[in-house]
Amino acid sequence: MTRRLAILALLLALTGAVAPTNSARALQPDEVLADPALEARARDLSKGLRCLVCQNQSIDDSDADLARDLRILLRERLAAGDSDAQVIAFLTARYGDFVLLKPPVTPVTWALWFGPAALLLIGAGGIVLGLRRRKAADAELDALTDDERAQLAALLKDRDPRHKDGA
Amino acid sequence: MRLRLRRYQIVFLIPVIAFALLAAAFGVGLYLRPDIIPSPLINQEAPSFALKPIPGRDDGGLSSGDLKGQGVTLVNVFASWCVPCRAEHPLLMQLAKQGVRIVGINYKDKPQDVVPWLAELGNPFSRIGRDDTGRTAIDWGVYGVPESFLVDNDGRIRHKHVGPLMDHDVKTTILPMIRTLEK
Repeated sequence: MTRRLAILALLLALTGAVAPTNSARALQPDEVLADPALEARARDLSKGLRCLVCQNQSIDDSDADLARDLRILLRERLAAGDSDAQVIAFLTARYGDFVLLKPPVTPVTWALWFGPAALLLIGAGGIVLGLRRRKAADAELDALTDDERAQLAALLKDRDPRHKDGA
Repeated sequence: MRLRLRRYQIVFLIPVIAFALLAAAFGVGLYLRPDIIPSPLINQEAPSFALKPIPGRDDGGLSSGDLKGQGVTLVNVFASWCVPCRAEHPLLMQLAKQGVRIVGINYKDKPQDVVPWLAELGNPFSRIGRDDTGRTAIDWGVYGVPESFLVDNDGRIRHKHVGPLMDHDVKTTILPMIRTLEK
């Protein structure tokens, strides 16, 4: 019983000790804006901006110094009256579209955005064509007389596993 | 043994070909450098900025005006706490000795650290500006130190190098570019 309690206490201590330090490290209390509406916009924006140091984290998640600098800069610009689009433009002018976690649709990213759908269409087209061709071939086979069909089956019997049944 | 495929058996080659293509793509991917983010500032005018000198030194500070009409300039973003900066430093000294104009942006550094650092390793910079907030570096699209930029006589950024400059970079890119830009 005491052992179970001890394990439980240990688990609680671990989750309690690890979780807050992990989640609370990126955004610091001193960065948060007083205006809740502005802060909400700032958080939304920073979740969509790439931390250029770690590359696969947003600046909202990242502990990197540069991410902190960019979070503060972004909030300063919002407080100064910039629109969301102006903040994004400010950052892409310096770091390029790479700073956006969701790549914009431009000719360069067409392959990325439309590639999967295009591959799906090509695949579906291939299957449709293949099925049509097979149907046409079957129809041709049906045009044979019974005599010809028996002859054909005899010829193909040992050569092609698809026609083993002589059909 | 002679391999003879029936027509329909060619279908079986599709996975093999697909694998070969995939392996080739991954092979190419091994040699890509995703850590080098292309800069939108190439061929743009350098951002306007004005940085004060490092206290305790007389490097004269650095501002956008110092990059115009001075020939080709190598702008180096550095810090005394940055280990790769120390690694590239001898190369900067050598370039300065060869007559390349180098100016420095000292990124988020303490004067009491960078003054002895430059005294120990030598000073390749004809001017140094102190960017203690890192804001000028953000305007230059810097995301790590060291980074180096080639700025032409008109104050336009023509090349960006991320990370420490190596012998190879200087020989194959930096010096040839300086030569073309000076024409």
